[in-house]
Amino acid sequence: MSADSYQAIMAQRPAIMRASVGIDYAQYNTGVLAFDYERLLADTGYDIDATHKVQRATAVGDTPLVELHNMTELVRAVAPTGRGARLFVKDEAANPSGSFKDRRASLSVHEAAKRGYPGVAAATSGNYGAAVASQAAKAGLGCIVVQEAFDSQGIEQPEIAEKTRACEAYGAEVIRLSVGPELFYVFLQVLKETGYFNASLYTPYSILGIETLGYELARQVKQHCGRFPDVVIATHAGGGNVTGTARGLLKAGATDTQMVAASVDLSGLHMASDHDFNRKSFTTGHTGFSIPFTTWPDRADVPRNAARALRYMDRFVTVSQGEVFYITQVLAELEGMERGPAGNISLAAAFAIARDLDMQQIVVVQEAEYTGAGKHPIAQLNLARQMGIEVTRGDPRDNKPGERIVIPEYPSQIAVVDVNLDHVRHSYLRNAIESLPADTMLDDVDIEFLAAETRSSRTYVQETIDEWHGKRR
Amino acid sequence: MTELIGKGTWIEIHRSVLPAGARAPRVPDDTRQVPLEMRVKGFLVAPASAGEEAEIVTPAGRRLRGVVREINPAYTHGFGAPIAELCGVGREVRALLRGRGQGS
Repeated sequence: MSADSYQAIMAQRPAIMRASVGIDYAQYNTGVLAFDYERLLADTGYDIDATHKVQRATAVGDTPLVELHNMTELVRAVAPTGRGARLFVKDEAANPSGSFKDRRASLSVHEAAKRGYPGVAAATSGNYGAAVASQAAKAGLGCIVVQEAFDSQGIEQPEIAEKTRACEAYGAEVIRLSVGPELFYVFLQVLKETGYFNASLYTPYSILGIETLGYELARQVKQHCGRFPDVVIATHAGGGNVTGTARGLLKAGATDTQMVAASVDLSGLHMASDHDFNRKSFTTGHTGFSIPFTTWPDRADVPRNAARALRYMDRFVTVSQGEVFYITQVLAELEGMERGPAGNISLAAAFAIARDLDMQQIVVVQEAEYTGAGKHPIAQLNLARQMGIEVTRGDPRDNKPGERIVIPEYPSQIAVVDVNLDHVRHSYLRNAIESLPADTMLDDVDIEFLAAETRSSRTYVQETIDEWHGKRR
Repeated sequence: MTELIGKGTWIEIHRSVLPAGARAPRVPDDTRQVPLEMRVKGFLVAPASAGEEAEIVTPAGRRLRGVVREINPAYTHGFGAPIAELCGVGREVRALLRGRGQGS
């Protein structure tokens, strides 16, 4: 077995991770499953003010909150009388690299520079790569971004091609790979060879960097409307967006605001499939990430994921591909804002949710992102057609990922599908138990931890586990 | 004979990271049947020809070897033709708002 073989590198994972993140995660363990999540975050030393200071130094954050007057009118046009909440969007496209991911990258790059790492590396095919590259350029650090970029026919996913260009524009090295989870092996090799900082999406820095987003929007809404928002909706994939935003809302005092996670439904498509790669039409914000990461966050590239979305979500909904493309077009033509498309997953959900609320209520879409060549509904739908996917107008309920994208005929057809959170909690608990050797005894601290993780109670956790054991007997 | 590419030219190299059949456990069958391939861009270290193995220095300063795939590779992603199914959406929703006495 050579020193660089797949098996050899994967076996060195814990050591490479520890050196590249600089956090000894083991010190936070408090049980066989439990760890001290709050201490892991607090030990970084970044509160809201400290994070804000670092972010302002590179013009990250303090983005405008935009009221979508015309879209609110459209909601009311299709809502029952007296219904239709006010819609707002936090225009995160105003960040230096065009998305809220600058917030996530800022603390990581700041830490890397402070601790004397020669550069930063990130495994990402999305906006985050551009954000890390942009921050690294500002800090004078080397930067390597590893992407899953093309299928075995050499066909690039257009949104990722745009990210390649953006990363290269910021002076980063971009490693483009074909489809497969072994991207992580290449990433570990890079970290080992270069000694770079792992600007993982799932470190405490990445999550704390988003807290300012929730904090700012709560204060902006309060200042503008005299009250906190009723609902905040975040596009949900790996969990960072929901986690960081919700924590920021809580720190601002918006404790009654409902936190909604929204993903685009890609059920039926396999995330590691070469065949399915260019048939998704979305590179993030989809159920292929959000379901596995919500039900087991510690599948991330660090030992303990600081993004733990199930702790923070009040509701989890999905929308279809066609609904997101439709709402992206509506945003451009009614509000004069060409944004997205992935960030508009939460906008599609917001449109449906606002319809059911009273007129004085406030719904905030917590991020919009820049758009451009490749990263656009037109590019995605042209690729979809090239891959043999039908694109049609009709009832969005007939949308079938990988086969048919249905653009709604009327705004009244936009609807959300609720993900059953009780099922999600059960899946989480099952994954947690299955991660342990058989017959491992859980301590009190573990039961307490699982209750916090699933936002349930000790009784709920205990009864669920006992029920499985009963069935097994 | 193919022409030599000059030292310092911005090129893309290609190489196979894992051959088909040596993929990670648990990847789907269709992925298992194809290699994991890598493409990286950088500046050519010494003159070479297209299709030959060569060394580059990447923007991060790493030296990497691989087969020369493209010289000064173009960014070819774009938009493509407008999508007819989206073209009418703006007009439709504006008509809806006009019906309510709003919008333009």
